Amino acid sequence: MNVVPLIHRRPRGKVHVPTVTLAHGGGGKAMKDLIDDVFLEAFDNPLLAPLDDQARLDLAALGRRGDRLAFTTDSFVVDPLVFPGGDIGKLAVCGTVNDLAVGGAVPLYLSCAVIIEEGVSVDFLRRIARSMAATAREAGIEIVTGDTKVVNKAACDKMFITTTGIGAIRADIDLGAHRARPGDLVLVNGLLGDHGAAILGARGDMALETPIASDCAPLHGLVATLLAAAPATRFIRDPTRGGVATVLNEIAEAAQVAIEIDETCTPIREEVRGFCEILGLDPLYLANEGKILAIVPAEQSQRALEAMQAHPLGHAASIIGRVRAGEPGRVTMHTVFGGQRIVDTLVGEQLPRIC
Amino acid sequence: MKYVDEYRDRSKAQILVKDIERLVREIKIAERRPIQIMEVCGGHTHSIFRYGIEGMLPKAIELVHGPGCPVCVLPMGRVDDCLAIAERPEVIFTTFGDAMRVPGSRKSLLQAKADGADVRMVYSPMDALALARKNPGREIVFFGIGFETTMPSTALTVLAAEREGIGNFSVFCNHITIVPTIKAILDSPDLHLDGFLGPGHVSMVIGTAPYEFIARFYKKPMVVAGFEPLDILQSIWMVLRQIKDNRCEIENQYARIVPEAGNSPALQAVGRVYELREFFEWRGLGSIDHSGVRMRAEYARFDAERKFAVPNVRIADPKSCQCGEVLKGVIKPWQCKVFGGACTPETPLGALMVSSEGACSAYYQYGGVKRQRDEVTIEAGAA
Repeated sequence: MNVVPLIHRRPRGKVHVPTVTLAHGGGGKAMKDLIDDVFLEAFDNPLLAPLDDQARLDLAALGRRGDRLAFTTDSFVVDPLVFPGGDIGKLAVCGTVNDLAVGGAVPLYLSCAVIIEEGVSVDFLRRIARSMAATAREAGIEIVTGDTKVVNKAACDKMFITTTGIGAIRADIDLGAHRARPGDLVLVNGLLGDHGAAILGARGDMALETPIASDCAPLHGLVATLLAAAPATRFIRDPTRGGVATVLNEIAEAAQVAIEIDETCTPIREEVRGFCEILGLDPLYLANEGKILAIVPAEQSQRALEAMQAHPLGHAASIIGRVRAGEPGRVTMHTVFGGQRIVDTLVGEQLPRIC
Repeated sequence: MKYVDEYRDRSKAQILVKDIERLVREIKIAERRPIQIMEVCGGHTHSIFRYGIEGMLPKAIELVHGPGCPVCVLPMGRVDDCLAIAERPEVIFTTFGDAMRVPGSRKSLLQAKADGADVRMVYSPMDALALARKNPGREIVFFGIGFETTMPSTALTVLAAEREGIGNFSVFCNHITIVPTIKAILDSPDLHLDGFLGPGHVSMVIGTAPYEFIARFYKKPMVVAGFEPLDILQSIWMVLRQIKDNRCEIENQYARIVPEAGNSPALQAVGRVYELREFFEWRGLGSIDHSGVRMRAEYARFDAERKFAVPNVRIADPKSCQCGEVLKGVIKPWQCKVFGGACTPETPLGALMVSSEGACSAYYQYGGVKRQRDEVTIEAGAA
C-alpha cells in the first residue's frame, strides 16, 4: 500500500522523551514537538492546523447560527486528574460546552490552555488530550486554538486546563434567572450529586469504596431537546460547584421570588445518599457535571419533562419544586419526614461533621 | 436506604405528632408556659433542623439546643494553643473536618493552612497514625476533640501507637465529658428545663446509668435518643409521657444501639489512657469542674500538650456573645444581640455559629426564621 506523502504540510514533530520537562515550555523545538505530537495529533482540525497565534473564524457563518455570540471561560484544577466517569480533559470540554449550552447557545469553538507541572508523563498528557478530543467530537465542537506552559515542580498540581468557548444563540431564545415567575416549575434531568461524591470518593482520603461515577457529559443536545419541547423555558443552569441548592438561591435572588422544593421528588442515587450519610454532607450542595436545572412555565412543564426523559441524559428527570410568590430570595424544602426547612447558600466548603 | 428510611417514615411521624399534640393538651404546665426540652447533643440539633422537626411540633413545645457540639464549646484559648502546634514546621496537624473553621483569637485552622501550616483533614485518628508511619521525619499531631463518642477511638489509637512504638505521633487532647456539663446546666439558677433528650452516641459508650442523678436528684425526665427523625419524635413523645405521668426516669429510646451498661472495652481503653482534669474551660459556659480529660502520665510521650510547649492562654469569650445563655436555653439564638449581625456563619463570633451542629448556625442556615419573625412581631406588639 502506498502512503501519500503530505508534501504541502509541515512535517509533524515527535516527542522522544517519557516526561514533560521545562524544555517543553521553552518556545523552541521541544515545545513545538510536544504541541504537534500531543495536541495537534489529538485535536486535528483545519482551523487549528496552521498553528497561528489565533484561530480565524468566519463571521458570516457564525451570523447564520444566531444573532448573539455566547462567550465563556472556565479553569479546571480537579484532583484527582482521572476519576470514575471521566478525567480532567473530558471535564474541561464538558464544563465549557455546558456553560454555553445552558445559555441556549449552540457550542461551536473551544480554546485550550494547559499548564503542566514538569515531570508529568507524555503518555498521560496524550491520554488527556485524546479524552478532550473525543469529548469535543461528541459535543460537535472544535478545539481551534490553545497554549501550553510548563512550570516548575510544585508550582501547579500536575496539570491545570483552561478552556474558553464560543457559541451562537438563536434569535428566538432568551433565557435568564430574572425571568422566573411564581407558578413556574423546577426541573432537573436526573440524579444529583454524582460528580461531587465521585471526586470525594476517588481522592481516597476516607477509605470509602464507592461505585459512584461522575455524571460528566456534554449537555448541548439535552438543552436543545428541552428548548424544542418547551420554548417558553425561562432559565437553565448547570448546577456545578455549590450544587442545586446554590443555583436555586441564585434564581430566587435574581427573580425576587421564593422557591419550594420537595425532598421526595429530588432524585438522588442510593449510593450518593449513603455516602453523604456517612460523611455528614448534604447532596443538595454536591457538584454535578452532567445536570441541568431548568425553570419552566407550568403549562409546558409536562412536555419538558417527557422530552428530557426520552433523552439518553434525562431518563431520571424530575420536577423537584415550584416557584412561589413568597419571601423574595427564600428557598425551602419539604423534607421526606413531613417538615420544612430552609435551603440556604453554602458559606464556605462543606466540611464533614465530627460525629 | 435500608435501616435508615424506616426511621424517616412520614406517616409514622404524623401518628406520633398527633399523639404529641394530645399529650401536650393533657399537661398542665403547658397552659402557663412552653414545655422546654433540651436536646443535649449537637447531632440531634442537626437532625431537628435537617428534617424540620421543630415546625412539626405544637407551639407549646420549645426545644432548647444544648451544649453537645464539641466543636462549638471549644474555647478560643485552646484554638490558639492548637494553632501554635499546627504552625510548627515539623508538625503535620490532623483534624476532623468541621473543627477547621473554629475561630481562635487570631485565626482558624483553615486560615493557618492557607498561611502555610500543614493541616490535614482526617476521618479517624487511625488515619493520623497511618500518616505518622508514612512520615517518620515529621511530627503528626491529632486534634483530639469530642465527648465520650470519639474518646475511645483516640484512646485506642494511642494504645496502637504505644504497641507499635511509634514516636512521632501525639494527641492534642480536648476531649470533654457530658455528665458534669449536664450537672452544671441543671445547677444554673435561671433554668426552666422540663426534660432532656439524652445523647445517643455518648450513651453507646457510657451506658445510661451515669444519668440516674438527673432523675433522682434533679427530678427531670431524660430519654436517650437516636438520631433519625422518628427517633427524635418518639423520644420527645416519651419525655412528654413522663411529664404527664409525673415520672422522672432515664429511659432508653435508642436501645438498638445503646446498651444499658455501655461498651466496656471502649470504657477500658478510655480509662487506661485518660484521667479527669480538675476543670476544663468551655466556650460560653466558663470553667466546669471535672468536665475534661487529659492523658495520664504513662502516656505523656503521646501528649502534644507536654511534647510541645503550648502558650496555654485563657481568652475570655467576646463580651457581646450570649452563647452561654443560648446553651442553657435562657434565650433563643435569635435573641442574642449579635445574631445575624456581627455573628454569622461566615464570620462567627460565638462558638454556636461555627458548626452546623451549633444552635445559632442551625437557626441561621436551616430556618427557625419563621419563629424568629413571630417573635419579633410579638415583641413589637408588646412594646
